[in-house]
Parts: sequence; C-alpha cells; structure tokens
Amino acid sequence: MTEHVVIVGGGTGGTVLANDLADRLDSELDAGDVRVTLVNDDPDHVYKPVWLYVPFDKREPTDGRRRLGELVDDAVDLRIDRVTDIDTDGQRLRFRGATSPIEYDYLVLATGSTLEPDQIPGLAEGGHNYYSESGATDLREELLEFTEGELVLSVIGTPHMCPAAPLEFVFMADDWFRKRGLREDVDITYTYPIQRVHGNPHIAEWAQPIMEERDIQVETFFNAESVDPEAETITSMEGTELDYDLLVTIPPHGGVDLIEEAGLGDDGWVDVDKHTLEAEAAENVYALGDTADTGVPNAGSVAHYQAGVVGQRLASEIRGLPATATYDGKTLCFIETGMDAASFVEFDYETPPSPAPPSEKLHWSKLAYNESYWLTARGLL
Amino acid sequence: MTDIEPDDTVDARGAACPGPLMDLIGTIRSAESGDVIRLLSDNDQSLTDVPEWVEEAGNELLTVEERDDHNAFYVEKA
Ligand SMILES: Cc1cc2nc3c(=O)[nH]c(=O)nc-3n(C[C@H](O)[C@H](O)[C@H](O)COP(=O)(O)OP(=O)(O)OC[C@H]3O[C@@H](n4cnc5c(N)ncnc54)[C@H](O)[C@@H]3O)c2cc1C
Repeated sequence: MTEHVVIVGGGTGGTVLANDLADRLDSELDAGDVRVTLVNDDPDHVYKPVWLYVPFDKREPTDGRRRLGELVDDAVDLRIDRVTDIDTDGQRLRFRGATSPIEYDYLVLATGSTLEPDQIPGLAEGGHNYYSESGATDLREELLEFTEGELVLSVIGTPHMCPAAPLEFVFMADDWFRKRGLREDVDITYTYPIQRVHGNPHIAEWAQPIMEERDIQVETFFNAESVDPEAETITSMEGTELDYDLLVTIPPHGGVDLIEEAGLGDDGWVDVDKHTLEAEAAENVYALGDTADTGVPNAGSVAHYQAGVVGQRLASEIRGLPATATYDGKTLCFIETGMDAASFVEFDYETPPSPAPPSEKLHWSKLAYNESYWLTARGLL
Repeated sequence: MTDIEPDDTVDARGAACPGPLMDLIGTIRSAESGDVIRLLSDNDQSLTDVPEWVEEAGNELLTVEERDDHNAFYVEKA
C-alpha cells in the first residue's frame, strides 16, 4: 500500500521538507511505496527576508520569488491550491479548488504566519510595514521621500516573524539617514510591548545600549491600541500617545484559521511537542516553522532545521522504525546593525544567545546567505 | 484559595517568557472594562513581569495565588 505524506505550505519549511523527503525516500518513491504531495496556494515560493531591504531600495520583491515548480524535486506531486478544511479523524483534507477531499497517512502543516492589521483600529490606513511584499514596496515610496520628522517603528504584539527584523530596521534606518546627512532632521522611536527592547533578555541587553548610542528613542510597555491616521498619532493600552510622520509597524500576527477550526491549537498555531514536533491534538500530524508553537523565534532557520527533523522522523515511521530525531530549539540569525555591518546569534532551548560583535564580514555573510537561500530551498545546502 | 470568579482564563503554563505576559495582554485587549482575567503561568519571570505591566497599564492585580507548580494571577481590566 502506498503511504501518502501531504505537506501543506510551500514556504521555507514545506519546501525544504519536500526536497528532504524526495532525497531520503528516493527508493520508496521510485517503487511507488510512498507518495509526497506539497500543497501551496501560490505558484511562487516567497523568500521573505528580502523585504527588509526593499524599503531602502536595495532589493526588488522579485528577488524573493521563484516558481515552486523549479525548486521542488520532480518526485514530489506539487499542487497549487488552498487547503480549506482538515479532518484529523478521517485523515482527510479539502481544497478550495476541488470538490473531492484527499486522504493522507501523514500530514505536515507548514502554513506560516498571517498578518492581522485589522486587530488595531486605524492601523491598516495609518501604518506601513515591510512584512508583506506590497507593504514593503509602499513603504519604499514613503521612505525614499522622507527627509525630516518623526519615524516611529512599533512592534505590535508577539509572536511575529523574525524577532530580529524590527531591530534591524531601526539600525538600518539610523545608518541610512546618517549616511545621507539627514539624521539630525529625523527622529527615530522604537516601541516594544514588554519592559525591554526585545523578547529575549540577552538580545535586549545587547541592543539597548546600541539604541542609546545611536539616539534611537525607546518606548517599552507600549501595546498599540489604536492609530489615528488623520491626527497621525498612535496610542497604547498603557496610555502613551506618540506623534508620527511615518509609522512603520510589525502588525499583529496569527496562523491560518483552518488550524483552529481543526482543533489543533489557538490563533492558528499548532500545539506541538517542542522536541518531536508532533501535534498534541491529533495522530500522524506534524507542524513545523512559524505555525508550530514551540516558543522559539518564527524564523526561516528554525523552519529549515525543523524540516530536517520531521523528514528524518517520517522516513523512520514509513520504514517501520522508531523515530528518534528531535529538535533542540536551534536558531540562527544574522542581525543587520546598519547598512554595512551585522551581528550574528546562535542559540537553542538550553543555550542562550550571545550576539557577536557587529562587523562588515557578518553583513556580507547575511547577503551571501540570502543569495544562496535558493540552494537551501532545493535541499542542496 | 480565592473565591474570585474570573470572566476568562489564560493558560500559559509551559510557555517561555514573554509568552505568558503577551497572552495576558492579548486577552485584556479584547476584554470589557471590569472583566477579571486569570492567568496561569509556571514561568518565574511572570512574578515580576505581570505586576509591572498591570501597574503600567492602570489595571488592577487582585491577587496572585501560589499553586503547587504554577501561579494564578487575577487581573481586573480598568
Ligand atoms: C521582513 C522579514 C525578514 C525576515 N528575515 C529573516 C531572517 O533574516 N532570517 C530568518 O531565519 N527568518 C527571517 N524571516 C522569517 C521567515 O521568513 C519565516 O519565519 C519563514 O518564512 C517561516 O517559514 P514557514 O515555512 O513556516 O512559512 P512560510 O515561509 O511563510 O510559508 C508558508 C506557506 O504556506 C502557504 N499557505 C498558508 N496557508 C495555506 C493553505 N491553507 N493552503 C495552502 N497553502 C497555504 C503560504 O502561502 C506560504 O507559501 C523574516 C521574515 C520577514 C517578514
């Protein structure tokens, strides 16, 4: 009997896993003992880290897009469609584009994050973001014309994709305006929901003095409640009001609705065992990447490592062997600290991060990683 | 044991910092004024994080109940 593995989501995690399985289960796929289907709702694969550079006019959104068909091994069945319903008892999925459901033996959810700006009144009209392709190009138009006034970067809620990216944006903006001789005319304010500048205390401790040195104002315990696009103000639940001329936000994030509807977890994040990545509420279901609620950052590097673990576990299960591979919380992040310097952190469940001194070499390493990403997605790196 | 009846409970046991506080903030965001939210957390950091935020936001921490392996925070939305 053919075992059917279905992966939902062809972003970083889903694509790396599909290629990993194609490689690992090469002979089983050839013999027809296993089928792997990858479902994505867009014919393109999108590499989001490119969006950080778009507002500064350093990259084009198309640099972050490739046809999924070019990235995924031919042994994988690629299906461009949107999954609308998961029935974990019947081990079945429904699609937007088809009437008949398909059945799975193993399901992997890699559906990523969704932006939910509507949670905050006025945010969609008043705020800009670089967390979507259209957001990044709209912000580019604003930023390139911005020569004086109040620039506010507000992190609205966690978890959100890439916890380093808000720090990177203010560090890059500071340096970019300085290099253009405009920094004295631009005030930069950074807001964060809790009492420090980053969720991870070690990274917060490292970033705070850099912000002070660079004259980046900080508002902590700032949970945006509403934005008034007319008056150009943003108000927090804690009662602070900030004026802005250009508002950049990290909008609230959620997962996808079908996860909550299937009873797999709240807010669209799947409750998983943080070591095995198995869903807690259903059999034969895994989750990885942003959608897996493990407490580690929503980062591509995490999705990549987790894909390797799920690939190994699935291969063992399919071969009737005990699955022993586990995820140890490993996370890697390059953090841009300006337009030509970056830091680097590496940590896991046991080891806290210790950011490396910023250097030009690390900045080039980040750019080099971004270029070689396409090899990662193909499963070659 | 308190006899306060919460309007909503947020079970953040097992979540790493700042998860429990962010879960509480998220629930308070959509609560009505006067609602009492109970937060369950087994993260020690919550013992400082939660009171600090509650005060900053002008809400009221009614009580903190120490249980065997976690704490229960009762917060009333202003
Ligand atoms: C500005 C920015 C900068 C970043 N920088 C970095 C960085 O430097 N380093 C780093 O490690 N990470 C970075 N990240 C984070 C990284 O991009 C994400 O964490 C990563 O993409 C998560 O991978 P994923 O596979 O979980 O989800 P995604 O890559 O988001 O993929 C999810 C896929 O699922 C599809 N999908 C969703 N629902 C359905 C459905 N119902 N049916 C079919 N398909 C569906 C989506 O269309 C999408 O293709 C950054 C993110 C942003 C926004």
